[in-house]
Amino acid sequence: MNIHEYQAKQIFAKYGVPTPRGMIANTPAQALTNAQELGGSVWVVKAQIHAGGRGLGGGVKLARSIEEVKTLASEILGMTLVTHQTGPEGKLVQKVYIEEGADIADELYLGVVLDRAKEMPVIMASTEGGMAIEDVAHNTPEKIIKVPVDPSIGFQGFHGRELVYGLGITDKDEQKKLINFASKLYKLYMENDAEMIEINPLIKTASGDFIALDGKMGFDDSALGRHPDIEDMRDISEEDADEREASRHGLSYIALDGEIGCMVNGAGLAMGTMDTINYMGGTPANFLDVGGSANAQTVAKGFEIILKNPNVKAIFVNIFGGIVRCDRIANGILEATKLVDVHVPVIVRLDGTNAAEASVILKNANIPNVIAATDLGDGAAKAVHAAKGE
Amino acid sequence: MSILVNKDTKVIVQGFTGKEGSFHAEQCMAYGTKIVGGVTPNKGGQEHLGQPVFNTVREAVENTGATVSMIFVPPAFVADAVMEAAAAGITLAVVITEGAPVRDMQAAKAFAVKNGMMTIGPNCPGVITAEECKIGIMPGSIFKKGHVGLISKSGTLTYEGANQVCNEGFGITTAVGIGGDPIIGLSYKQLLKMFEEDDETHAIVMIGEIGGDLEIQAAHYIKENITKPVVAFIAGQTAPAGKRMGHAGAIISGSAGTAKEKMDALEAAGVKVVVSPAEIGKAVSEVLGKE
Repeated sequence: MNIHEYQAKQIFAKYGVPTPRGMIANTPAQALTNAQELGGSVWVVKAQIHAGGRGLGGGVKLARSIEEVKTLASEILGMTLVTHQTGPEGKLVQKVYIEEGADIADELYLGVVLDRAKEMPVIMASTEGGMAIEDVAHNTPEKIIKVPVDPSIGFQGFHGRELVYGLGITDKDEQKKLINFASKLYKLYMENDAEMIEINPLIKTASGDFIALDGKMGFDDSALGRHPDIEDMRDISEEDADEREASRHGLSYIALDGEIGCMVNGAGLAMGTMDTINYMGGTPANFLDVGGSANAQTVAKGFEIILKNPNVKAIFVNIFGGIVRCDRIANGILEATKLVDVHVPVIVRLDGTNAAEASVILKNANIPNVIAATDLGDGAAKAVHAAKGE
Repeated sequence: MSILVNKDTKVIVQGFTGKEGSFHAEQCMAYGTKIVGGVTPNKGGQEHLGQPVFNTVREAVENTGATVSMIFVPPAFVADAVMEAAAAGITLAVVITEGAPVRDMQAAKAFAVKNGMMTIGPNCPGVITAEECKIGIMPGSIFKKGHVGLISKSGTLTYEGANQVCNEGFGITTAVGIGGDPIIGLSYKQLLKMFEEDDETHAIVMIGEIGGDLEIQAAHYIKENITKPVVAFIAGQTAPAGKRMGHAGAIISGSAGTAKEKMDALEAAGVKVVVSPAEIGKAVSEVLGKE
């Protein structure tokens, strides 16, 4: 789960990680009040969406008067912001964060992520703040400093020294401040079961203070149960409505832009099914994993969600039953045809646990739209043909 | 021969008396697995499925001589269960549970390694040596005895791959579902080594997916160390970048971890890479010829 910048900064503040003062607004009027309350002569109006690259997309603007804060807030609120991370459809801005202006002497990058190869968190830092870190990693990998921290010993002095020497920070006072900053960031990463933290840019002010000018945080979904305060930060409007609807029913769904709806058990086989459709000249309309406890209701729900997409010309049900029993899926298909108007051909391949029973159930039901397939290749081929109207 | 487990392996189940644990322990026993007991705190002294229940893993190990544990406890207790097994001298823990927090697994894995315990999973279908020993949730009937070793991140692709290999008439020595989480126990490299050293195994099927770089590491390892033919499939060629596909590990970040990169690396290592899982059986048939 991801959260907004202003929420990440609330967590930073709780741990004593320095951030500029700021206040969230849903309306231009609120934005104006916020600016008055913050005081000063320069403010930044920042669109709050779950994506990077907001500045380049026109979602972060500098205001030099209270009136300008209001004008900019009214421009940004309600705009559909398109960045390299939102996809071409963009994201609707519903909140703006009004922040006091900062006095920037230098821009750095600081992040914490899991290093899967080392199996421990790694602190990443770079002098190239303000740039997309992917580009820095690609073009000048030597400018990225990586300091892995073994949680069994935690953040130690040497981790801090590797960091500041790596960044070329020589002033003793600045070294101390940045090491303190990084150790707090590591602590909040661990204590909140974060998946990643990214501060880009982390700024150094003219007086040598380090401040998180931006903040991105993502969390381990499996650990949210023990962090109700973070679960409360969930912004439903940032999530795809169909994906949410699916997940409420134990389904994992992601919409794609092709023509063949897929209903599969297991994430790997679901991706493999999409790949096979593609290989045979078709295009998958979605990823859908029915999970391990699929029953008639979840299958019916799956059909309903797949068929909401007007591009779907055929559906390929591909189940290899292990824990999932094929007879339940077969009954689910029957159920679905009663509950939902299944107006496209449905190609069904059921293998594994109780496949023979399932085949009898489908045969006896004799539903006109349902086409049986013998294996994955056969099913994908039939689905591709059906989608082409052949 | 086979790898990791065989008909003589003594297995206990942590989370033995729970709904999932009971159901799958029974299935495993029906397959022939020597389940010699189980662990459920506060149920020690009882009998379940004809086997003794213990309060702790240590007691279970002392009384049964078990060396392997199959773990079905709820996600929040997985790390505790893995560490308990390692502390009690279990040599292999097979963790079926899905949804264990990453931070927990990080600590549990580090402790397991320190204590010399191997782990499979979490969030995996388990391990099966065909017609001898099933420790997990896979449908046993599709695994016929043969000469192909199988390693897969995905559960259902394990079944798909094994089924095709068996339909082509080759059969399986051992199949291992390693799981797709960010932190997992045994990975391709260690298992490839075991299959290379196993005389019964003549070819290896390796099924991966987008995210992380385990498959790339495996490709380097294969190039240097593996003499047996390897067939590979990488799921997620059509997955959009940055989208999560069910498995926490299957996230493409930047250019690292794409299906294309992994397929290219494997091909460069001399692996026969197929673009659809529907081709796995045929590819095995090609590399092994008619045995």
